Amino acid sequence: MSQEWPLWEVFIRGQHGLNHRHVGSLHAADAEMALKNARDVYTRRNEGVSIWVVEAAHITASSPSDKGPLYEPSESKVYRHPTFFDIPDDAGHM
Amino acid sequence: MTDQEALFEYLLRLGDSTLILGHRISEWCGHAPVLEEDIALANTALDLIGQTQMWLGLAAEVEGAGRSADELAMLRDVWDFRNLLLVEQPNGDFGQTMMRQCLFDAFHIELLTALSQSDDNRIAGISAKALKEVTYHLDRSSETVIGLGDGTEESHRRMQAALDLLWPYVGEMVTPDAVDTAMHAAGIAPDLTALRARFDTRIDAILTDATLVKPDSTYAQTGGKTGFRHSEHLGHLLTQMQWLQRAYPGAAW
Repeated sequence: MSQEWPLWEVFIRGQHGLNHRHVGSLHAADAEMALKNARDVYTRRNEGVSIWVVEAAHITASSPSDKGPLYEPSESKVYRHPTFFDIPDDAGHM
Repeated sequence: MTDQEALFEYLLRLGDSTLILGHRISEWCGHAPVLEEDIALANTALDLIGQTQMWLGLAAEVEGAGRSADELAMLRDVWDFRNLLLVEQPNGDFGQTMMRQCLFDAFHIELLTALSQSDDNRIAGISAKALKEVTYHLDRSSETVIGLGDGTEESHRRMQAALDLLWPYVGEMVTPDAVDTAMHAAGIAPDLTALRARFDTRIDAILTDATLVKPDSTYAQTGGKTGFRHSEHLGHLLTQMQWLQRAYPGAAW
């Protein structure tokens, strides 16, 4: 077993109504301790109203080397953006 | 001792205990075992120094001698301090620091809970504000004591040693003397004897979870909150904490 505490990713909701946003990571022995550490490390200046922590090992991430197959196909598909509609004046700013 | 002198003494006890413990914990800044604990301890230290500003500010007002909270903190010598002996004890290893913290927090939370119902509105107000901070302090220190006590063979051994070392300083916190009794009679402070029962319940539960054995002794070191006899550690602490004001009197930023 590793002697190091596992790594946790920290997500904080800055205000009610906003999404939780990734703010960084830290080490902790378990989830409860990760929450406390997140409180101490990332909310010292009144940054948040809610904290999520997730063990970094549980995050499945896309690989940067896959970015061609993953993202390039959508670059040539401008019709997926709703830019070809005339917006009626009555609708106002969108 | 007049009522006003007793109140001044009592406020010094509150403010000096948070000041000295706050300074003690701040000694970990940059040295704690991991970054997360380093910041957490610094946060706790700042909470306690903040509480000190309020307690000593009120003490200065009650004294009415024109001294400020800063002057009380930085220009008194050892024999004028009224902090509990427990909080001036050295940090030792991280486990010892957390054990000291947990013992104090378990007392502090009960004291502030009671003081937030004080007949003195100023004391009730400060206590209610500090109680939120201390609730988190105890949450953190008790979890750490439980984690380390019920941890590896080595962490358990160190935590038991810390408990054995610090236990003789617990009695002073929860044993009333003349000032405590006068404050209780005046409706300002709680009955420490009743508070002790609540403290014991809390500590017993924590120590049981931590698989630690409470020393079978009621021997209590005394002399901190009366100022009669501090341990030698307080003088060393003050030379560090007060150095700047002593070397450059009146220095401000």
